[in-house]
Amino acid sequence: MNAPEVEVVETDLLILGGGMAGCGAAYEAGYWARSQGLRTTLVEKSSVERSGAVAMGLSAINCYMGMQWGENQPEDFVRYVRQDLMGICREDLVYDIARHVDECVHLFEKWGLPIFRNEDGRYKREGRWQIMIHGESYKPIVAEAAKKAIGPENIYERIFVSQLLKDPNTGKISGAIGFSVREHKAYVFKARAVIVSAGGATGVFRPHAVGEGLGRIWYAPWNTGSAYSLPIQAGATMTQMEHRLVVTRFKDGYGPVGMWFLLFKGKVRNAYGELYEETQAAALDEFPPYGNARPIPTPLRNHQMLLDRAQGKGPHYMRTDEALQALTQGLDPKAVRAIESDAWEDFLDMTMSQALLWASYNIDPAQLPSELDLTEPYLMGSHSSATGAWVSGPEDLAPEGYFWGYNRMTTVPGLFAAGDGVGGSAHKFSSGSYAEGRLAAKGAIAYIVDAKERPSVDEDGLNSSVQAMFQPYQVFESSQGTSTKVDVNPNYFYPKQGLLRLQKLMEEYAGGLSSNLMVNEPTLLRGLELMEMLKQDMEHVAARDRHELLRCWELRDRIWCAEAHMRHLLHRKETRWPGYYYRGDYPRIDDENWRVFVNSNYDAASDKWELGTVPYQSIVP
Amino acid sequence: MPTYVNPEKCDGCKALDKPACAYICPNDLMILDPELGQAYNQEPDQCWECYACVKTCPQSAIAMRGYSDVVPLGASLTPLRGTDSIMWTVQFRDKRVKRFKFPIRTTPWGTSEIYDSMPEPDSSALKDPHLCGESIYMGIDNLPVPERSSL
Repeated sequence: MNAPEVEVVETDLLILGGGMAGCGAAYEAGYWARSQGLRTTLVEKSSVERSGAVAMGLSAINCYMGMQWGENQPEDFVRYVRQDLMGICREDLVYDIARHVDECVHLFEKWGLPIFRNEDGRYKREGRWQIMIHGESYKPIVAEAAKKAIGPENIYERIFVSQLLKDPNTGKISGAIGFSVREHKAYVFKARAVIVSAGGATGVFRPHAVGEGLGRIWYAPWNTGSAYSLPIQAGATMTQMEHRLVVTRFKDGYGPVGMWFLLFKGKVRNAYGELYEETQAAALDEFPPYGNARPIPTPLRNHQMLLDRAQGKGPHYMRTDEALQALTQGLDPKAVRAIESDAWEDFLDMTMSQALLWASYNIDPAQLPSELDLTEPYLMGSHSSATGAWVSGPEDLAPEGYFWGYNRMTTVPGLFAAGDGVGGSAHKFSSGSYAEGRLAAKGAIAYIVDAKERPSVDEDGLNSSVQAMFQPYQVFESSQGTSTKVDVNPNYFYPKQGLLRLQKLMEEYAGGLSSNLMVNEPTLLRGLELMEMLKQDMEHVAARDRHELLRCWELRDRIWCAEAHMRHLLHRKETRWPGYYYRGDYPRIDDENWRVFVNSNYDAASDKWELGTVPYQSIVP
Repeated sequence: MPTYVNPEKCDGCKALDKPACAYICPNDLMILDPELGQAYNQEPDQCWECYACVKTCPQSAIAMRGYSDVVPLGASLTPLRGTDSIMWTVQFRDKRVKRFKFPIRTTPWGTSEIYDSMPEPDSSALKDPHLCGESIYMGIDNLPVPERSSL
């Protein structure tokens, strides 16, 4: 292998990941950095125009208060999120998202995002928090503003960031390194503050389809967990890493159900025509007080469906036929056509595969129902789930101990997080992630202005870090002669093979779907032993080209996420979120002892994890 | 449902500095076969079927074939994306056809005004809780704070 070219980029604020949170960070940083003469640089592993979870588009913005019309106040949102998360959320962070999210949506509309409006001029609501959009170009519109904000010359695309850099003397963050996915080249970014706005983790658990459909999962398959792996390795405190997301979606295309439930008032019936919410109503009583409050938390709705299945009542169907027939009864053909168009647009804006699946099965939703299924688990911080870094709240909202200087700063000085990467702050979705990117950027600029001095980089260590990025090439080159068949070699494995090994491990030892989402202490401990061997074997992961080198590093990120998830699952000795996962050895909610945050720290020097709890503090009664 | 490329239509984007599909694919899947001078999906089982390449291909050379684990053959879903709207043609396995057209943007591309009418940034405001432009675009007069009784 030739030595790669190394390009050094000196900047002030470095943004890692150009999805919704990263674009929000770029927008806000662009404003505040101007007056300070500071440079902002954004690094993205693909193209900002279509990167992140919103790449495909969206048919709704799921976090909008409507404060201008008095529809909801931030307090309402905090109560909703707290109930859906079954008692545990960072109320200061959630409140902060709520009060800032409306302006973000107003900016999107001003820039050209088409938003449905009612006759009275208000945004058309799909549900209490959701508004409907024509969102095919949501991401390109938001990306255009981000590029203008910091200048297109400061956007570095097709670069994968593998590691954060810290000042060896002070422990402050000082940059990141990565490699180009387009040429044989390494990048060293030297910065005074870094925002990790990368994605949550897909592919940690085995999806429903494991052949050609391996990547046709619900959340974006390019979200490979660097939102967690980067801060974990830098020693940042992480929270809620035991949490996960499992949601009901249209089967095999993973199409959204929100519009069908909320706007079309669709019902889900089992194969015998029963409503599982009714047949399994008693199950909610086992998990007070959250099971008895409304709305029913997302995991408990999963729990009810799982029970119905276990009793042989599946499959479960979204009765699109009943819903559309009820809605269109007595309407003229033009109005019927408008409703049909809305129903199809819901998929065509954001999950086209589900529309193709309808066509492939000859399903007209007005005539035939569609099967639903539960997704495999994902680790993410922006939906009905809250894994991520433990960050400082805003000064005017944070309870004691939840604020340390700069909004959204992690416990590593100068390292900020936003979007999927912030823990305890669920239900942000696209708009809230954007708002959080903006909050992190303002905090980071304030930090840079206060810090004055530029942190240093361990120049001696840089060389070996850069070399390590390309090691998978050497693994392949040095061992490929060991076997007459390139795919079967005792000295290396490909990242795809490693991915399948990780998914099998997690499926069986960390509560995947085929384990009925069940874990206990012995299973998790055995899983961690197997994980240790997988981590050791990552010395032998091989790459034949740049694309495969990218996959090697994405696999490494997923493994970090998986290990953190298992360690956190082990620490929380209760079943806080039945329907997301079950602790067979602690099958109940234990509010008295466990209504707390589980936080962890990885120490790179000793290669040790430490886990503990932080008391819950409320700001909204 | 991975993408596939029609060899009759793909010209490798010879007129552009890089192939449009390789530029846009969020998962680094679409690349040019150097010998053929045409694009292909190098890792179909990592395709999210996001249609980014299908929508952007100047030759309309890229289509989607339902993923082989699940999807019966014979249907198709074809976008035609313009500057302000997108048209979808849905052809069912039984040959029924439906067409839908949706707006995608209300302003011309490239025209977003990002900080217009906002005041010059004031460094003394760096530590207050306001984001830029909130005094203009938030829709309410004051940034909410919780009732102090609970803090």
